[in-house]
Amino acid sequence: MEQIIDLLPTLLEATGETLYLVSISLVFGGVGGLILGLALYVTRRGGIYANRSVFTVLNVIVNFFRPIPFIIFIPAMQPLIRPVIGTGIGNNAMIMAISLAAIFGISRIVEQNLVTVPHGVLEASRASGASRLRTIWSVVLPEALGPLILGYTFIFVAIVEMSALAGYLGGGGLGSFAIQWGFRQFEPVVTWSAVVVIVIIVQIVQYLGNTLARKVLRR
Amino acid sequence: MSIVSLTDVTKSYPATDRSGGVVHAIDNVSLDIEQGEVFGIIGYSGAGKSTLVRLVNALEPVTSGTVEVDGTDITRLSERRLREMRLEVGMIFQQFNLFSSKTVAKNIAYPLVVAGVPRAERVRRVAELLDFVGLADKGRSYPDQLSGGQKQRVGIARALASNPRILLADEATSALDPETTHEVLGLLDRVNRELGITIIVITHEMDVIQSIATRVAVMEKGRIIEQGNVFDVFSDPQHPASRRFVSTVVKGIPDAAEVTALRSRHTGRIVTFSFRDGDRSQADVFVELARAQVGFELVYGGINDIRGQAFGHLTLALRGDDSAIDEVLRTIGQTIAVTEAA
Ligand SMILES: Nc1ncnc2c1ncn2[C@@H]1O[C@H](COP(=O)(O)OP(=O)(O)O)[C@@H](O)[C@H]1O
Ligand SMILES: [Mg+2]
Repeated sequence: MEQIIDLLPTLLEATGETLYLVSISLVFGGVGGLILGLALYVTRRGGIYANRSVFTVLNVIVNFFRPIPFIIFIPAMQPLIRPVIGTGIGNNAMIMAISLAAIFGISRIVEQNLVTVPHGVLEASRASGASRLRTIWSVVLPEALGPLILGYTFIFVAIVEMSALAGYLGGGGLGSFAIQWGFRQFEPVVTWSAVVVIVIIVQIVQYLGNTLARKVLRR
Repeated sequence: MSIVSLTDVTKSYPATDRSGGVVHAIDNVSLDIEQGEVFGIIGYSGAGKSTLVRLVNALEPVTSGTVEVDGTDITRLSERRLREMRLEVGMIFQQFNLFSSKTVAKNIAYPLVVAGVPRAERVRRVAELLDFVGLADKGRSYPDQLSGGQKQRVGIARALASNPRILLADEATSALDPETTHEVLGLLDRVNRELGITIIVITHEMDVIQSIATRVAVMEKGRIIEQGNVFDVFSDPQHPASRRFVSTVVKGIPDAAEVTALRSRHTGRIVTFSFRDGDRSQADVFVELARAQVGFELVYGGINDIRGQAFGHLTLALRGDDSAIDEVLRTIGQTIAVTEAA
């Protein structure tokens, strides 16, 4: 127990770092994934900007990068991360790695949720005189909002997981805290304190996501 | 002048898979729809009705031919001009296609938002439309809280929001039960009469045509195989497909199977007399038969009323002296159509 009390400030700092990593990555990955997902959705066959070649290119890119395990993804992205961030390790490099991985994951979730919006609803919007862009932002996105929120909640958990791994590979946060002060020092209680914090964070976000989605879906 | 005019229109879809060929959804169709009428288009599933109606507001581009709406050929318009044109053409759908994330009021206001109508004006117009369709208290409800009939009323209100001159109804009552269908058709009739809006009604149900259309076109395999006044098509359909549609609501001349059934229950010669408005009255026929001392019994058929005009086919079993029957059928046959079952 004593180690925990001694390490409490470090644990808090690690929690702060994890939240920082996760939230910034969620913003970049979330926005990037939304854009890529929308691009997939509109260019697919029968889409509002159907374009076979653009869709095929995007589809191949997503299919190529998405299945790469994150622990390999980080070193694999080094040639891209170094020039942008200036270094291949540390929190900012990890934010970039997580964001890139999240973009590919989120894009599929976005695409899959948008295709569930009935075609007839798009037709009704177009028949009302709306442009394609307006149809997307004022009909398609609101109609899919509930499932989208649930999808993003799901992705949040995946990002927390990635952030822990990223900590192991040169970032900070709860992952590196658990390794450094728990695992390496043979202190399971310390390791488990990190586990508890992560579980709490995930539960809170899951609850918020579910509540918000329920509100949007009105059920 | 026609408000909608299609000339030599074709619409093909590329093959969806390698084995299939090009689909000719619309095959060289020409059609004129007059200002203020309710024009029905009937056909079986896959005939091309939905495709045809989507050419009128350019939700689908034509492959060839011209589509004139209000004198403008819309096949040549820019995307921007098309959007302006669509404010003149409302549309309602079989599945209603309401926006489930928006309230009823916001659904109805949508075309007004699109058209850039100021907020105060929108609120006023939405209230007016809710009132018109009989849903004044439902503005804050969401579509999933409404019944099918109410949803279609919202669909109609939304389609009318931008004060269109034309309303396209694609199977608007096909998802509704008979009673609700009746209510919605009544509302469409008001839209036509009170607001003077031209309506194009797509359906596979003949009774929809019977209750509100003034003219009708019958479609089969992307072509219009027959068109005319509803009364003419109903009372004297020319094409076999038209006859099949008419037979779903009108008891016409009994076919072979029906004749066999009639013979099993009635004796005598089975003869059908076809009446049309303005032709000789039924009473005259009965008087002639009585005068010739031919016994008769009504065994099949009925009289139909289409927008105030009557027609029908009455099938009688005639009993009496054969030559007397031949004689009287010749006399009656001079003024109305007489068909004797073989
Ligand atoms: N987007 C499309 N792509 C390919 N074929 C289509 C498409 N839309 C309609 N069709 C085909 O065109 C024909 C007419 O369809 P449709 O207009 O929906 O008929 P209806 O409304 O009379 O049932 C059908 O054979 C249908 O399969
Ligand atoms: Mg159809």
